[in-house]
This record gives sequence, C-alpha cells and structure tokens, in this order.
Amino acid sequence: MSLESILSKFTKAETNLLEILLQYQETKTDHAITEAEVGQIAAYLGVTETKVASVISFYTLLSMKPKGRYVIQVCKNIPCFVNEQTAITRTLEKILGIHAGETTANNLFTLEYTSCLGCCDNAPAMRIDGKIYANLTPDKVKAIISEYRGRSS
Amino acid sequence: MVNLRINNRELAVAEGSTILEAARTNNIKIPTLCHYPDLGIQSDCRICVVEIEGQKGLATSCSTIVRDGMVVKTNSPRVLNARKTITELILANHDANCTACPKNLSCELQSLANKLGIDENRFQSVLTLSPLDEGNPALIRNPNRCIKCGRCVDVCKNIQGVGVLELMGRSHHLKIVPAFDHCLSDLFCTYCGQCAAVCPVGAITEKDDTDIVWRALNHHDKHVIVQVAPAIRVSLAEEANMNPGTVCTGKIVTALKLLGFDQVFDTDFTADLTIIEEGNELIHRLTSGGVLPMMTSCCPGWINFAEQHYPEILPHISSCKSPQQMFGALAKTYYAEKMGLEPANVFVVSIMPCTAKKYEAGRKEMRANEDLPDVDVVLTTRELGKMLRQMGIDFANLAETPFDDPFGITTGAAAIFGASGGVMEAALRTVYEVVNGEPLTNLDFTDVRGLDGVKETVVKLAEKPYRFAVANNLKNARLMAEAVKAGTSPYAFIEVMCCPGGCIGGGGQPYGTITKTRLDRIKATYQVDAAMPIRKSHENPAIAKLYQEYLDRPLGEQSHNLLHTHYHARRGKPNN
Repeated sequence: MSLESILSKFTKAETNLLEILLQYQETKTDHAITEAEVGQIAAYLGVTETKVASVISFYTLLSMKPKGRYVIQVCKNIPCFVNEQTAITRTLEKILGIHAGETTANNLFTLEYTSCLGCCDNAPAMRIDGKIYANLTPDKVKAIISEYRGRSS
Repeated sequence: MVNLRINNRELAVAEGSTILEAARTNNIKIPTLCHYPDLGIQSDCRICVVEIEGQKGLATSCSTIVRDGMVVKTNSPRVLNARKTITELILANHDANCTACPKNLSCELQSLANKLGIDENRFQSVLTLSPLDEGNPALIRNPNRCIKCGRCVDVCKNIQGVGVLELMGRSHHLKIVPAFDHCLSDLFCTYCGQCAAVCPVGAITEKDDTDIVWRALNHHDKHVIVQVAPAIRVSLAEEANMNPGTVCTGKIVTALKLLGFDQVFDTDFTADLTIIEEGNELIHRLTSGGVLPMMTSCCPGWINFAEQHYPEILPHISSCKSPQQMFGALAKTYYAEKMGLEPANVFVVSIMPCTAKKYEAGRKEMRANEDLPDVDVVLTTRELGKMLRQMGIDFANLAETPFDDPFGITTGAAAIFGASGGVMEAALRTVYEVVNGEPLTNLDFTDVRGLDGVKETVVKLAEKPYRFAVANNLKNARLMAEAVKAGTSPYAFIEVMCCPGGCIGGGGQPYGTITKTRLDRIKATYQVDAAMPIRKSHENPAIAKLYQEYLDRPLGEQSHNLLHTHYHARRGKPNN
C-alpha cells in the first residue's frame, strides 16, 4: 500500500502519527521509513519532520535505518542471559556472518537485540518477524535460519 | 491556600504551586538545572529532588504540586547525596573542559557542581565525542557539552513554534538534534538563537567572531568602524554585572573607542532611515493599490522564517533592508566616498543583540560592492562583553562619549526599534504626520508596547481608519503569516519581531534573560526615547542631509540600489 493511501485513511491530527508510522512501516520490506517519507508524513499532519523523526527514534519498533527482509530479535534480558543467550547470539553471528545491529550483505537478515519477549519460562528466546522461537539451542537456531533461507529462494 | 512544612518551617502557599515555587517564594533555595523561569517544566535533570514524608522515592520539586499537610525536606543527607550523584553522572557524560568553553564562569552546570561541592567525579567519563554542527554563520551546536535538559527544544518548539530541535532516541542514547541528525543549516532553523540564550551549558552558542575583529583592529590599513544596535544600550551593562535596564549608551561609545575602533556609529541612524524608506513604502502601497498588509523586514530571524515557511507571503514583506544592512551599504559607499577611503579598506563591525544578524550580514544580496560584504562581522552583545573583559575595561566606571558623525544624530523613534512594537510606533509617528499633514498630539502608541503576543492599534490616515498589528515572537508571527496567506488579515501594516520582547530579548543578549529582564530593558528603552530631543525619524536633520547629499529622495533610484532588497523562497541551505 502506498504512503498516500495510508495517509488518506487518517485525519490530519498529530495523534494519528504513531498509527500511520506503524501501518506504513508494516508495508515496507526493509522495515524502515525514509527521510522523504518522514517529510511527507510531517507535511500531511502539519508537524515538523523533527517531530516525526523524534517519535520514530523513541520506539524500537520503528526505524529509519533499512533492515533485512527478516529481522531477528534476540532477547537480552536477564532470564535469557542466564540461559545461555550469548551462545544463541554467537551462533547467529557466525552463521549469518554479521554482528548484532547489522544486516547481511544480501539484505535477507538483520540481527538485533530486544528487551523481554515475555518468554522467560522458555528462555532463551528470539523473535523473527513477529514469530517467537523459544527454548533455543545453537542447533535449533541453525535449523530455523536454514528454513528462512529456504523460504526466500 | 495550602499548608505544608518545608525544612521544619510551616508555610502557607497558593494552591497549585509546585514545591519549588513554594520554597522559592519563602526563600528556601533548591538547586535546579533544567528549570528555566519562562519555559515549561522539563523535570528531566532530577537535580531539584526533595524528600517527602511518607513517599518512598525522591520527588522532583519542580513538577510536584503541594498538598495540605505535606512534609518536605530539601536538604536531607539522602537528598544531598542524590543531587551530588546525579550531577556527577551528568558530568561523566559531559565535555567538562571548562576553560575551553565559551560558557566558562556563566555555565549553570559548572556553578551547580561548585555549589554541591563536587571536586572529584566518582564516575569515569563515558563521553564519546561527536562532531560539532558549525556549518552556519550564526550558531554552533556542540553535542559533547549537551546535558539533554530540553530547554532548547522547549523554546524552539513551544515559544518560537519552529521545532527544529527534538529529543531523539531514548535512555542513554538520547540526544538533542535536528531531524535525521542533520545540521541546523540543512533544516529550517531561523538562527534566532533563543536556544543559545537558554542553554545552561555551552552546547549551543553563537559563532564567536571576536578574533576576526581583533585582527581587523590591529590591521593598520583597515579603517574599522562599528555600529551599535538600539537594543545594546539597554543590555550591555549586564555584561559588566550592572542591573538589567541600565542605559549605557555613552559608555558603549567610550568602550568601543578604547577597543580601537576608528569611528563609532549608531544603528539608530539607519533605523531612522528605515522608517523614512519603509514609511514611504507603506504610503506608496496604501495609495497605489500595492500588496497589503505590508510586513516589516528588520528582523533577520523573521525573514529566515518567512522564506522557509511562508514563501507565498514574501511580496507582503517590505523591501527595505534592515537598519544593520542599510548602515553597511552606506558605510561602503557614501561614507567611504566622503572619507576618501577604498570601500575594501573600510571594515564594518556590528554590535547586535542577535545571532541571526550574523547570517543576514553574509547574504549575497547584502553587497553594494561586488564580493565585498557591506557588514564584515557581527558581534552579539555577549561577544562585545567578552572583548571588554579581554581588554580589562572597567565598563561601569567609564565616562560617556557621544556617537561620531555622520551616523550619530538619531531620534527617539529609532531608539525604540529594540522593543517589540517599537518599529510600528516609530513608523506610525512618521506616517501619521506625513499623510495627515498635522503634528501628532501624543507620540506614545502604548497599545503596541509590551510583551503581549499580538498587539493592535487603529490609526486614521487621511480620515480613513487603518488597523496596525505587532507580532511578538515567531509563534505569533506564524499566526499573522497564516492570516496573510489566507487573505484574511485585516491589517494595513504588521510588525514582526522574532524574539520574545523584540531585540531587547534577542538570542545574542546577556545570559539569564527572563521576563523580568525583558521588562527592565523595555522600560529603559522608552526612557531613552522620552529623553531624546527629537522623537520622530522624519525630523532627523542628519537624515535630511543624507537625502540631500546622496540619496536624493525616499524610494528613489539610489535608495533602491542601496537600501532595498528582495527575498527568496528556500528550504534549509540557501542557494546563494
């Protein structure tokens, strides 16, 4: 869906900003909103670009930095940490060839940390494009990534 | 009234007061950092925390409303320890190289650390240096000094209605930057400098041009002249620790002579000239079906705002250059010729209450001689204060000297340019008498004076009543601009000054400007006016002589070439 058609669903009220950003980012394969789009949204709502950029910067869900097609979020909170989360991250970094915060060269995966996913009883956990994977082991992680790689080919 | 106890004192304070207000009205001192009297409550620095009986955590006194029976301790060991820790944490993420900072000795963080007895920081620095934003002629943003208090965001967004700065990110990643981490010059900054005026530390300051002036003063081939803006004479005294509202016109001239300027002139002279040109432009527009309402053009912050936000209304803005630029144009033409000097050897310095004037002076349109700026350097009131201190000048005890000729004879009408409403009042004094052919019985247009956001008056010109308005600060300028754009503005002429209170509250004025300071400076401004022997621009004999000798007539060809300009729609970086 184009930005114009999403904007047209909303009245020109600043309170609609967050919902517009969420809905629009959902449509983007790189999970990011560009400077030009920020300008367009700001102009529509009659707020400054700085305001829109500020709101995006506040929420980890929103981004202006382009990401891979699949965003892998590894929980870094304490229950996951004590359940060997670092081994999960290390495995992911090794098989993807990137560090946390980076995107693979083929733009398929972005690896990042997240706060608690609410799966402490099944730690360690991660989320890929909204889907939760828990009770992770390095082997499980390898299988999951292979499955996503297969999906894209 | 609400009854509460602070530090074992029973107090009765107005309902709805904050603990901080209750304490301050009763002379109980609570230190603050992000708090600024004229701005909203930020409550993000946490320095003003106090202990409230029965409440587990400490509370920020700036944002906690008093309740009946409240028992507050402002200086318990727990509170003092928390304040000290908070300050140390702020310092651990702050470029605390104080002697290399323009805010040294006027920095609120430095003075707070001193008050709290911090002589050593228990925390290691976590500062990672970021590049400075210095790609514009007016302001420098140094993110390494920023303590994220939010004052600049508040003044830019809520007082000026511009909103170029915002909080970006969260937690320890939080920073205060323009959108997309761009420079101020890439966005829609007006360079009004109100952010610099309220910054508690040295994170936003004017670009310091004092070195260029020192070099020029020591350059034997340069004839260095200086002009002093109307608002400086009621504010510079504060740089020498004198009371706000002290009129120090004669001392300024003496001081500038001591610094080594060859001639010291008064921008008031070209303020009078502005009134003649702008007044005639208004009369011309009124009588020839010109674009109305006309809007003033003296304020470069307003021009920057209009060019970037309201390009549609540019034809409404008077084509007159500002008094600063009229002075510059005459200095490198008329004055240079009169003195037998090469224009390139005349070096023009302006003392302005303003940071946007630095930008204005650099505009390509502001050149009577190709490749030669009419005004070479603009210094703020604060920069001049710095130069006086560098030279060890005992400002308070200086004798008084009059301004030099030929730009020294001025009027009360010019003197009030510095206060919001002043340009309108000065214009009305002249336009009324010129159009109606009769003397004004009362020169004081008090309706347009003061700190209200929008001020209005009605004046009859040739039997017909016209409405005149004054917009005080950019938020109110936006209201005016919207109406003009929509074609619904009922006014004939609108004055816009970008800074709250006008130039007396400019972004380059001495630090610590609050409403009270503004009122003191305004009062002094009208005292200067009342004491002038001539109070109407069209009665200035030196202006008449200038037209006779050089300019011929108002709006004439020579005026058109030297004293008028045009504006461009633009966004961010100008093309010129």
